[in-house]
Formats: sequence, C-alpha cells, structure tokens
Amino acid sequence: MVSNEPIVVYENFSYSYPTTPNALVDINLEIHRGEIFGVIGPNGAGKSTFCKSLNGLVPHFYGGTMKGRVLVDGMDTFEHTTAELSTKVGLVFQEPETQLSGLALTVEDEVGFGLSMLGFPAKLIRQRAREALEKVGLKGFERRSPFELSGGEQQRLAIATVLAMKPEIMVLDEPVALLDPIGKYEVLSVIKEIAAEGSTIVIAEHEIEELAYFADRILVLNEGRMVSLDNAKMVLSEVEKLKKIGVDPPSVTELAYLLEHDLGIKLEYPITLPEALKIFGELMEGR
Amino acid sequence: MGEKIIEVKDVWFKYSEKVTALRGVSLEVAQGERIALIGQNGSGKTTLAKHLNGLLKPTKGDVIVKGMNTKETPTHILTNIVGYVFQNPAHQIFTKSVYEEVAYGPKNQGLSKEEVDERVKMALELVGLSGYENVHPYDLNYGQMKLLTIASIIAMQPDVYVLDEPTSGQDHRGRRKLMKLIDRLNREGKTIIVITHDMRFVAETSERTILMARGKIIGDGPTEEILLNTELLRQTAIKPPQIVQLCEGLRKQGIDLHALTIQEAYQVLRRKLAAS
Repeated sequence: MVSNEPIVVYENFSYSYPTTPNALVDINLEIHRGEIFGVIGPNGAGKSTFCKSLNGLVPHFYGGTMKGRVLVDGMDTFEHTTAELSTKVGLVFQEPETQLSGLALTVEDEVGFGLSMLGFPAKLIRQRAREALEKVGLKGFERRSPFELSGGEQQRLAIATVLAMKPEIMVLDEPVALLDPIGKYEVLSVIKEIAAEGSTIVIAEHEIEELAYFADRILVLNEGRMVSLDNAKMVLSEVEKLKKIGVDPPSVTELAYLLEHDLGIKLEYPITLPEALKIFGELMEGR
Repeated sequence: MGEKIIEVKDVWFKYSEKVTALRGVSLEVAQGERIALIGQNGSGKTTLAKHLNGLLKPTKGDVIVKGMNTKETPTHILTNIVGYVFQNPAHQIFTKSVYEEVAYGPKNQGLSKEEVDERVKMALELVGLSGYENVHPYDLNYGQMKLLTIASIIAMQPDVYVLDEPTSGQDHRGRRKLMKLIDRLNREGKTIIVITHDMRFVAETSERTILMARGKIIGDGPTEEILLNTELLRQTAIKPPQIVQLCEGLRKQGIDLHALTIQEAYQVLRRKLAAS
C-alpha cells in the first residue's frame, strides 16, 4: 500500500561527475513508502546517476561535486557511508555480472555475501538466503555456480542478493535491458511480485510498455533535469513531450494520440493492452 | 531483388558430441534483402549467423557465399564479404582510438594510407561519429560504442551486414539513428541481416523474417506473415509487438484489424472511421 509518508526526500539536489557536469540538476521530490516509482528518459538523461544517488554511490564512490541533499529514511546520504545505507537501499545493476561478487562458488554463498560482509551470524544468513532465493524462484539452485546460470537467472540472483539484506527500498537500474525475452519475463514477474508485497521500489526502465503495468508514479528525466513527475497514466499520456526528448510511449498510447491529434476524436489514452482493448473496442464497436 | 549472395544447404552444426546447435537449416539470401532473424536464446540464431562469414563451418551441409564454399575459403576473404557486428561492443573493440578501431579493417585489406583515411572518414560520417577520431572507444557511451562497431564494419565495405542485437541498450533516439543507417546501407544495395529480440524493430525495419527454434527454421517469409502468426510465435515464447497483440484482441471482439506498426494501425482505423 502506498502511504503518504515519504521515505526518500530530494531537496534541491544537483550533482556533477568529475568528468561530466550537471548529471543531475535541481532534483526536488519525495518517494513514498510502498510506492513503485518508475524513472524514464533517454540515454544520458541521468537515470543511472539518480539510482546511484539513492544509496550514496553518488557522490561517495564517484567523487565530483553536489548541492542540496538526499534523505533516505531520515539519513542524509552525504553524512553516511554506502555500507551504512546498504540496509536501507539495495541497488540492482543493469548487468548481473557487475553485481555478483565473483568470489562466491555457489548461489547460496553469493546471496549471503553481503550479509557476511556486515558480520551477520551464519544461521541468520542461511535463513535469509533461502527466503530470498525462494522469492526470486531460484529454490533448488543453492549449490549451483552463479556463472553457469542464464542471464535471467543471474539477474534474479542479483535481486536475491539485495533482497537478503531486507532493504527499505529496492532500486533497479534497467534490470532487464540486456536480457532475452524469457529472461525479461522472469525478472519482471519477480519484480511485480515484490512490488505487490508492498515494498518500495525505484526502477529505471526503457521497457515502458512493461513499466506501464506496475508503476504508481513515473519521473521523466532529460539532461539531468526533472521533465515530469506524476502518476503513470498522466506521464505516459504526454506523447508529444516524451517523443520530443527521445522516449517512446507505449504503442497503444501513441495510437490513441494519433487518432485524437489528427482526427480530433476525443479519446481516453490507454497505457496498457487491456485498457487499449476496452477503449479502442468501444470506439470501433459496430463500425 | 538482386542475385543470390548466400546459400545455406541443409546445415548441421555440433559444438560438441552432446550439443547440436543447428539441425538441418536451409535458406537463400538475395543481394539487397532486409532480413530479421528471431528466436529465443539458444535457438541457433547466432550459430547460424556465424556460419555466414565462416567464423563457424558446418559439421554437415554447406554454406555458399558469393559462389564460394565456406569450408574451402579462408575466413579473411569471407569476412570482407559478410561483416559481423557483435552484440556486445566490448567484444569487438580492441584499439585505443576511434580512428584506429575503424582503420583496422581497411588496413588489413591492404589499402593505402589515403584510401584507409578516406574509408574511416566515410564510415564515421555515416554513423555520426565524425570528430571523435582521437577519442578512446571506452570513453564513448554505450550507444556510440555500438555505432563505432558498425562503422568499423562499414569501413570494410562488405556486401552483407549481420547485426547482432543492435538495439539492446539503445533508447528511442538511438533506434531511429540505427533505422536510418540501415535504410541508407540498404539503399546502396547492401544486404542486412538483423538478429534481434526487439519485435517492434523487426516490424519497422525488416521485409523478411526468419524464425528459429531448437536449431531449426520454423518460419521464413514476409515479416507480416510471421509476426501475425501468433500461434507460431507462441511456440517460441516470443511476444509479438503490442500493436499486433492489440489487433488480435480487437479481432476477438469482432473488429477486423490487421497491422504491424502504429502507423499501419492508425491508417486502418482512420479509413474505418471515415467510412462509417
């Protein structure tokens, strides 16, 4: 359930990498507990930087300069280390291979890796690992090597390593971009399930037709700045605005836009397939 | 359509005793065709594509490129005819500057310094990377790196381009750029073979689609025919483009609508609305 309680607050936050200025500029927003918060925008818009600013990798790991502040569950990310923030914010990268430690010989050890680094007792680690693997559908894979898994399985493992830490917020940076259709489907199903359980999720994504099914609100970034922030339907219905910055809205939304724009037909814009079947079905009924 | 440039005749390929990746694949490609090769990971797409430039040789059967059997032809001759752009640019890039990367192919073709420079200039212009000659490839963003790997193949002026997952990691703008580039190369008579999971890209760019599953070709025909054959696609767990799914759903509601792309669907709906 989405509450009104903000778990993340950005106040006039701006950030420049040592080599790339203005990666994020004047970000002001709140993310609420239990919310599925989508982030879209063209390549280079600042989506990844935004994700990394949530757990303090920006600026702690990357250096550079920043203004304003980011509060996660009341903790200022500038004043706390990424390790301290790791139980608050779990970050899943685009490439599962970036995420995996490369040190663990088995799937179960990989999932427990983060917790063992934080000094949790072995029994608790094992229990958490089992739970996390079950959640991502990798039960039975405990003894396998992380590197003999398919892309979709590896990404689900990466999600499990984050789940095991039980973070308050899960941040996913284009988690399916490099996967094949089966891998995409597997990973998105897991994310939808975690979302349905009431976790707070921030997800940067190019697969907007998929995002439309489960995002509560969507932030549009372009050249580091906030272009839109509203509920998914409002944001994705701004077809012209999205196309102008180089983002494709869902095909069904664009079709409705063309019909309204060129023919002057008043239409509700669908953002998912079931909505489109209803809206276009009614429009064409009997014709 | 141009003359036959590639012929694949009942090709079988085994990576090992246990792993058979191709099971009797046959097809012909004419000069100037635009083909999408689709199917799940492990269906044999990439294995097939690597046979076209001799990177792999059939365990059984033959691949004939411009009249030459790949089993009897040195790979460097074949790679000058069929250029292969890898999915992951990091697997292809190996020099320290954009210039060096693009110059490598034509240099190896034995061209003079002037000719090499000419080729590099032309290729970088085509992909929109002029001015980046001295940049280190790894300082480019992902989309630019992909364009660089295409430029390094363009500089070799092959007849056939095989592009493996060109749209992965690309945004809307990157996709448009790619489409324009493919159009341009195709207008010059080049044959384009795209291996992809991106069904929207297939619908918008390819005339012919070849669908693979379990090492075999299970569908080969006009893109329209393959993408609208939802029964066939479902066998391979490939989701057709959203517009095709929309049309399928509307047909079940008694609305006769066939379209592959947003533009096509719009045109059909417009005509229907005008008629009523």
